[in-house]
Amino acid sequence: MAEHILGAHDLDVDEIQIPREDWFESSDTLQKLRKNKKFPTIWCAGCGIGIVMGSLIRAIDHLGLSNDEVALVSGIGCTSRMPVYMDFNTMHTTHGRALAFATGLKIARPHMQVIAIMGDGDALAIGGNHFIHAARRNIGITSIIVNNAIYGMTGGQYSPTTPVGKQATTAPYGNIEPPFPICELAIASGATYVARSTVYHVLELDKYIQEAIQKDGFSLVEAVSYCHTTYGRLNKFGTAPDMMRGLKKDSISKSAFEKLSPRERAENSKIVRGVLHVDDSREEFSRVCRQLSERVRTGGSQ
Amino acid sequence: MVVSLMQGNEAISWGALAAGCRFFAGYPITPSTEIAEMLARELPKVGGTFIQMEDEIASMAAIIGASIGGLKSMTATSGPGFSLMQENIGYAAMTEVPCVVVNVQRLGPSTGLATAAAQGDVMQTRWGTHGDHPIIVLSPTSVTQSFELTIRAFNLSERYRTPVILLTEGIIGHMREPIDLPDFDALEIVERVITDTPDHYVPFSNDLGDVPPLASFGQGYRYHITGLFHDPMGFPTQRLDEIDPWLERVHHKLDRHLDEIVMVEEDLQDDARIAIIAYGVSARGARHALKLARSQGYKVSMLTLLTIWPFPEAQVEELGDQVDRVIVPEMNLGQLALEVERMVGRKKVARVNRANGEMVTPQMILDVIES
Ligand SMILES: Cc1ncc(C[n+]2csc(CCOP(=O)(O)OP(=O)(O)O)c2C)c(N)n1
Ligand code: SF4
Ligand SMILES: [Mg+2]
Repeated sequence: MAEHILGAHDLDVDEIQIPREDWFESSDTLQKLRKNKKFPTIWCAGCGIGIVMGSLIRAIDHLGLSNDEVALVSGIGCTSRMPVYMDFNTMHTTHGRALAFATGLKIARPHMQVIAIMGDGDALAIGGNHFIHAARRNIGITSIIVNNAIYGMTGGQYSPTTPVGKQATTAPYGNIEPPFPICELAIASGATYVARSTVYHVLELDKYIQEAIQKDGFSLVEAVSYCHTTYGRLNKFGTAPDMMRGLKKDSISKSAFEKLSPRERAENSKIVRGVLHVDDSREEFSRVCRQLSERVRTGGSQ
Repeated sequence: MVVSLMQGNEAISWGALAAGCRFFAGYPITPSTEIAEMLARELPKVGGTFIQMEDEIASMAAIIGASIGGLKSMTATSGPGFSLMQENIGYAAMTEVPCVVVNVQRLGPSTGLATAAAQGDVMQTRWGTHGDHPIIVLSPTSVTQSFELTIRAFNLSERYRTPVILLTEGIIGHMREPIDLPDFDALEIVERVITDTPDHYVPFSNDLGDVPPLASFGQGYRYHITGLFHDPMGFPTQRLDEIDPWLERVHHKLDRHLDEIVMVEEDLQDDARIAIIAYGVSARGARHALKLARSQGYKVSMLTLLTIWPFPEAQVEELGDQVDRVIVPEMNLGQLALEVERMVGRKKVARVNRANGEMVTPQMILDVIES
C-alpha cells in the first residue's frame, strides 16, 4: 500500500507512517481529541480543514508530546475553529492575532509547544503584520496556515491568496488583486522551517507538521486546502472530491520541480510541495529573552 | 524608605514591578513611552520580559497571551494606541483574563496634540470595545497615586479576572513629585490561587461565587478559551441556559464588590451647598480652587474619584443630595459630567471644561463658585 501511494503520487516522504487500520481504536491519538464533548465539527462535510487537524494530531502523537505541554492558539475563521476539538491548552482568539497572543504565551511558557493555527485571511490579511514580525523574531511558534484561497467563514470573499481572475463574492467580476506567496513571505521574513503541502498529500502534511514542531524557532507549514462551499461553488470547481483531485493534479513535489528545465520551472503554475527552507543558524526568541535577563542579572549590560 | 523625585510614568513602572508584573508588551507613543523604556531596563533585572511589539493590537494580544501563561502583564499607550487595543480589551473581558492597560491620555481625536494632555478617553475606557462588558478604570491625581493605583490595578485585575485600565494623562505622567516608595515586600499583593485539581477544574464556573479561579496554561489544567459565548468549561455555546448564567455572573461580578473596587477621597465641609467632583489631573486644580474658595468664606465640599469605572454612583448621589450645585471640571468637553448628571440631576451640575490641551485652572472653578 505504501509503495502504491508513493509511486502513484510522487510523495515527498521516505518513511511512511500509514496508520494501522485499528489506529482509531488503539492509539493514544484518540486521547488527544475532545471526543465526547465537541464533535461533530462545525465544518461543512468534505471540507479539507479536518484533514489538517488529523495531521496535526498524528504529528503530536508521533512525537510523544503530552497533552499538557501543547498549546494551540488560533484566530478567527473556519480554520481557527480547529483547537476546540483537541484536548490541549487551547485558545481561540481574535481575527488575525493568533501569533501575537502566542508570542506572549511562548515567552511566559517557553517550554510549551505553542502551535498557531490560522486561515489565509487570518494570517496574511488582518494578521499579516504579526506574521512577518513573528518570523523576524524567530519566536518558537509552529504556524499552520490552512490556505483555501478564500474567506470561508464569512462566505467566500477574496483573500490575499485568491488567484487573479477567480470569482469571490466581493470579486463578482473576477479578482483583480495579485496574491501573496505565503511560504516565500515567511522565508524572507526569517522563518527557520518552511514547508508546503496539500490536504490531498496527507502523509506529507503529517511529516512536515512533525518537523515543524521539532524546530526550535518560527516554523510554518502551509497546508493548501479548498473550500468547495464558497470558492468552489462560485468558480464551478465541482464537489469536494473534485477539488481534492485538483490539488493532486495541480501540484508538484519539490524534487520533481527541481528536475524541470529552467524554462519549465519559470513557467510552472503548479503548487510546489516540499520543505522549502531550513535555517538552523538563528536563535529562538524566547531563549534570547531569557539569555538577556541572565546577562543583565549577572552584571554585564552589553 | 527613600524619598525620591519621580515622574508619574516612572512611578507606574515601579508600581508594576512592585505588583509582580513580569511581562510588558508595548509600542512607543507619547506621552506614555517612558513606561516602556523603563520597563525595558528593569524587567530583565527581575527575570521578566519586555517586548516591543509591531503595534498596539499585538501588544494587547501579547499581554493576554502572557497572562494566560501565568505572568502578570501590562501594556501602556496613549489615545491612538488605545483605540487600536479595543478589540482585544473586549477579548480579555470576555475571557476573564487579568491584565493591566495604562492609558496616558493626550489631546485627541486622531493624532491630536501628542504633547498636550487631556481627559478625552474617559468614555472610551468604559465603552471603547464593542458589547456590554465589565471593566475597572482607576485614575491617579499624583505621582504617589500613580504608584499606588498601579499596584491596585494589578490586584483588582487578578482578584476579579478582568482587564483594569489605569487612566492618567501627560501632565501627571511627565510631572515630577517627591514620592516615598515603600518596601515592596511589605505590600499586599494578590496572587492567583487555584485549589481544584485538574479533573475538577471548571474555568468559567458560575457556581463558585462571582470569580472562578484562573489556572494558567502549562500547569496541567487543560481547557479552552474563546471570545465566543462559552459554557462553564469554556466551549462555545449558543444555549440560552448557558449564556444567561454567564451574563448574570460576569456583568455583576464587579457590582457586588463595589466596597473593594470603588475608591474616592472626600474633603467635606458641614453645611456646604456646593460640591466639586473631580478626578485625575483636574482634581489638582480643583483642590486649589477649594482652598481659595474656603479662604473666601465659601462652604464647599469635594469628592475626588480614584475609581471612575464602575462609576461611584452611591458616593456621588449621596453628596449630590446634600448640595445645590455640583461642579465637574474636566479636560474634555464633558464626559464624566454625564454620569454625575445621571446621579444628581442635570440642573445641579455645572460643567467646567477645557479641551485644548491646557489645564482647567483654579480660577475657572472659582468663577463658577462665585457666580
Ligand atoms: C476584526 C474582524 N474583522 C472581520 C471579521 C470577520 N471574519 C471572520 S472570519 C473572516 C475570514 C476568514 O477567512 P480565513 O482567515 O481565510 O479563514 P477560513 O474561514 O477560510 O478558514 C472574517 C473576515 C472578524 N471576525 N473580526
Ligand atoms: S465554508 Fe469552506 S472552509 Fe469553511 S468549513 Fe465550509 S468548506 Fe470548509
Ligand atoms: Mg481561508
